[in-house]
Amino acid sequence: MDFTLFFPLLLNGLIVGALYGVVAMSFVLIYKASQVVNFAQGEFLLVGAWVCWWLLTTYPIPFWAGFLVTMCFMTLFGIILQVVVLRPLIGEPVISVIMATVGMSIFFQALMKWMFGVFAKPFPPIFATERVQVLGLQVQPVYLLSLVVSLFIMLGFWWFFTYSKHGLAMRATAFDQQVAQSLGVSVPRVFAMSWAISAVVSSVAGVVVGVVNGVSSALSFYGIKVFPAVILGGLDSIIGAVLGGLIVGVLENLAQWVDSEFLNWGNMTQIAPFYALVLILLIKPYGLFGTKNIERV
Amino acid sequence: MSAAQPEVPPLLEVNNIEVVYSDVILVLRGLSLKVPKGEIVALLGANGAGKSTTLKAISGLLKTEDGEVTRGDVTFAGERINGIDPHLIVRRGIFQVMEGRRIVSDMTALENLRLGAFTRRDREVGDDIERVYGYFPRLKERTGLAGYLSGGEQQMLAIGRALMARPKLILMDEPSMGLSPLLVQEVFGIIRKINQDLGVTILLVEQNARMALSVASYGYVMEQGKVVLDGTAAELADNEDVKEFYLGGHGAERKSFRNLKSFKRRKRWL
Repeated sequence: MDFTLFFPLLLNGLIVGALYGVVAMSFVLIYKASQVVNFAQGEFLLVGAWVCWWLLTTYPIPFWAGFLVTMCFMTLFGIILQVVVLRPLIGEPVISVIMATVGMSIFFQALMKWMFGVFAKPFPPIFATERVQVLGLQVQPVYLLSLVVSLFIMLGFWWFFTYSKHGLAMRATAFDQQVAQSLGVSVPRVFAMSWAISAVVSSVAGVVVGVVNGVSSALSFYGIKVFPAVILGGLDSIIGAVLGGLIVGVLENLAQWVDSEFLNWGNMTQIAPFYALVLILLIKPYGLFGTKNIERV
Repeated sequence: MSAAQPEVPPLLEVNNIEVVYSDVILVLRGLSLKVPKGEIVALLGANGAGKSTTLKAISGLLKTEDGEVTRGDVTFAGERINGIDPHLIVRRGIFQVMEGRRIVSDMTALENLRLGAFTRRDREVGDDIERVYGYFPRLKERTGLAGYLSGGEQQMLAIGRALMARPKLILMDEPSMGLSPLLVQEVFGIIRKINQDLGVTILLVEQNARMALSVASYGYVMEQGKVVLDGTAAELADNEDVKEFYLGGHGAERKSFRNLKSFKRRKRWL
């Protein structure tokens, strides 16, 4: 048995898993606040990464400036999508809303291909490429940076939902819209805010992945990987989404290791998270952290 | 009673409103009432009379239940407020404590209180939380999820959350619901106290008419979507019909089963 690949793959799994966690969190945010299953989550990464790439390759601006402009753009993007596409669908059957998000997903993928082409394009070099030593492993600084960014976003979410009044208002809206309104919360505004935050946070992940791997339509696969992650964690739990993301990331890479060592079937990476998903749904149908309703007897 | 004084305009005036649910179900048919500033007004009536609907028509929450005020107006502090979105009505100073408490059960008591202050921008929220703890000391000891609080504590939390918004008018829907008699006493004691201490005007919907009339200065009796009787709390408490139908007194003699027919006949005041 060869363990030389095991630990690098484990570390890789944690780094990718943290990014999955971030995307899953923003997926859950939309689901919790407005009960919309967003199939266009992966396109948030795609659009964000392309916009940032375009800004950096077209204008001579530093990375942080392009990044900030991208964030502002994605805020508007999320709000506009919610107001134009989702708001008219409030009160319509769930399936119509899902179809609308599937439609958005296809539309933005095609639009990005039309505008930027089908080939992966690398970001202009931003960070030093010398590898650093972490626990005896050679790691690129970009990977470490992506881990730091993910943790930072997770902390930000935690702060927002525990301490800020808009975070509380969002939780109240998720709990009961009528109650939220009786407290003075504007529900349409909460919906728009949840889409804006979700779009921004996802696009941060998109830019990070773009910097590491180059920008291409492969980014939207993150939107699909989100499903095993959130269902593992429970559709309406933010902590569950983070853990689900980490599990999926690690599982993928472990599957790759097992596959390369023993099975040699190929492609286990892609399928393993879904096997785990089926197993967990058999044992815990609401996911690991799904809603347990409080019932006083 | 200031309700009768014409020179002071009431804080809240509901004028001949008609409420329709789902475009077809007529629930309120020409209801009018006045709530003078700084007082507690009770709204009494049997199940299904339209008491909660009246409160929702005032707070705007009717919109969330596919209801609509189709005629008449609701005037608060001199301005017409019907048709305004509920979250804007909260900003104008009307806060509804809904039936069944409706606290956010997956938040802590403290988070519920902070949520009550959502519409405020000032920096005195912390002081107000302390003030609410002053009224309800036991809320301070509860650090777990609000869903695990007892019914009485949840009611106290709901009232405390309303105070956090610093409203001018609190609409209270059945604060006694599901509480033991002792807790009902305690909750009503606090309602009276916050009315006296803070000068908050309260419109109180209650099944427990005796309790409601004991704290209110004025009362309205509703039946089938309109007001059938009104008067000062003392007048209502003395009224023979109110005594019989709402206070559970037996009048002069105990009604025999045969007289139940006349109960139905007599209950129609109009």
